[in-house]
Amino acid sequence: MAALVRALYEGAFNLFEKPMQMLQYSLGAHRMAWVFLLPNLLIFGLFTYLPIMLNVWYASTSGDRILLGDRDWVGTANFATLLDCGSYLDPNTCRRDLFWRAVHNTGWFVVLQVGFMILLSLIAALILNRNIPLKGFFRAVFFYPVLLSPVVVALIWKWILQRNGVLNAGMDWAGMDTVNWLLDPSWAFFWIVFVSIWANMGFYVLILLAGLQAIPGDVYEAAEMDGTPAWRQLFRITLPLLTPTLLVVMVLSLIRAVQAFDEIYVLTGGGPGSATTLLIQYIYDVGFATRPRQFGLAAAASLLMAGVLLVLTLLQLAATRKRAEEG
Amino acid sequence: MLRFLTQRRGRDRLDMTDWIAFGVLGLGVFLMLGPVLWLVLSSFKTEAALQEYPPRLLPLAPQFVEVEGFETALQRFRVISGEHEGRELAQIRRVGLNAQMIDPANPEERLNVHINDREAVRAVQVETENYTGLFTRFNFLLYFWNSTFITVVATVLTVLFNSMAAFALAKYRFTGRTSVFLLIIATLMIPPTVTLVPLFLVVSQMGLINSPWAVIWPAIATPTGVFLLRQYMLTIPDDLLDAARMDNASEWRVYWKIVLPLSAPALAVLIIFSVMWRWNEFLWPLIVLNRSEVFTLQLALNSFQGELQTAWSSLLAMTVLTLLPITLVFAFLQKFITQGIAQSGVK
Repeated sequence: MAALVRALYEGAFNLFEKPMQMLQYSLGAHRMAWVFLLPNLLIFGLFTYLPIMLNVWYASTSGDRILLGDRDWVGTANFATLLDCGSYLDPNTCRRDLFWRAVHNTGWFVVLQVGFMILLSLIAALILNRNIPLKGFFRAVFFYPVLLSPVVVALIWKWILQRNGVLNAGMDWAGMDTVNWLLDPSWAFFWIVFVSIWANMGFYVLILLAGLQAIPGDVYEAAEMDGTPAWRQLFRITLPLLTPTLLVVMVLSLIRAVQAFDEIYVLTGGGPGSATTLLIQYIYDVGFATRPRQFGLAAAASLLMAGVLLVLTLLQLAATRKRAEEG
Repeated sequence: MLRFLTQRRGRDRLDMTDWIAFGVLGLGVFLMLGPVLWLVLSSFKTEAALQEYPPRLLPLAPQFVEVEGFETALQRFRVISGEHEGRELAQIRRVGLNAQMIDPANPEERLNVHINDREAVRAVQVETENYTGLFTRFNFLLYFWNSTFITVVATVLTVLFNSMAAFALAKYRFTGRTSVFLLIIATLMIPPTVTLVPLFLVVSQMGLINSPWAVIWPAIATPTGVFLLRQYMLTIPDDLLDAARMDNASEWRVYWKIVLPLSAPALAVLIIFSVMWRWNEFLWPLIVLNRSEVFTLQLALNSFQGELQTAWSSLLAMTVLTLLPITLVFAFLQKFITQGIAQSGVK
């Protein structure tokens, strides 16, 4: 195996050596930087920057044709349609009620998922930061679900939550009524929050743990000398010193939660009804899954979401900088 | 003295809070690993055992017997009390609280047994057919190959292109370097989810719909990868590179033979990320891969759970096989992965 990798590595070197040498002779060594950058820049240009510009075009046109020339210019009509609401607090008064239901669902999802996930991750990280045996094992266990694919995560839980599943058997055994977990709107929403916390929490535990381990031990030693009780150390030392890390964790998880889609789509399909339809699923449904495809609306919705993400990312950059300065 | 004993740091006996901590962690392990273990256990059960309610922990499958005059096999029960105690009977049907049963040895006679007086005959039955069936009845190998192809090719190209860009940004001085770096890092702000529609246009105009390259091309330039590798390459001393240039090494040789090997730890982190990203990717393949011959494992799993609501036995086995590669990688590289993620702060 190692020999094969080595042979491939050598082979690739020989393959590119001649053309790269010729480029170097004709361009000069200092221009080779651009040669090295070229593949990356081409891909970013074609698949990131070009689409951003095209997105604006799509958002300003309508029709189900994908080719730009075949589409009718409608200006800001798509945005107007999406934003046409009697009251933004009640999706039923909106022209695109599904969009606003998705916005509402996403809002609740983000608040609940991020809030509880950070709380639980913090508790787990604080416990894992103690001097206890088997620390590495526990850390690995919490992290393991992070690596699983969203589809696998959803199927694992679907199997547990199905009508004749093990959870209902447990409810029966405990003498409680069984519930059709994924067909009841409130429970379905509870479970998408729960499952996405289950799947993502380990990542934030790791980052918080790294933050905790960066707090110098002598601060605690000084506090112990003064007889500061443990709970007071937590609120007066640990949490304040952890704030920059917490900020990064919060913004990172916000950005992710706004874009949640995969495991929820497989687990509930957005249902029952539209109880668990989030923004990305709305965009996917409108733009790709239902016919006629409404690319214009999908693009307009994704631009609105991009605005929210942009604000969050700028917050993240600020938080990261603060963390770098203080850490 | 008392306080000395109960101090949290630098002592070697467990106190009350340690036991609470262990309790919480135990609950955590149960919640985190339990569902996965339940999936694995269930995937070895027969379809009949999977349909059973309440489910059993171990693959103890109900047993069936062929009886003359009946088209389907009948489930075997042992009578544990009442008139027929001790006999082993087959159940024809259930009527309310009574079961109509029959003795396989004596199929003429019908017996009525109260359902609480009988107990299903079970045997440990590990259903490996759930797994082998995936290869014969479903095109599992095809999906596995599609996923593997995308993952391997995309990872090789990701590492190659991103390390080339990182090398240029870390080891050359040229006008526009900062702008290029910012341009690459700025793409962090534009997750693919916000450009789905135009990206679909670009990819379809390139004629890539229903081709694995539709998933590969847009994915192989990553701001995370460039950033990670550039930061690492900055720590490689320039003197090393200049010494090689003195010996007439070409820029390509400097990059391939000196910088790449020295960046191995960062490359390894990127490889693991990339494998994870591509193997688990769902939304974009869902949009661009519509024909089942080009489905990745994730897409195949998703479409099976929609179509075959009842065929849990195959679905569970396929889910286990999908999580297996990532689990193996994690088992061997656990320390490395967790350290890499904690340091770089990306996933």
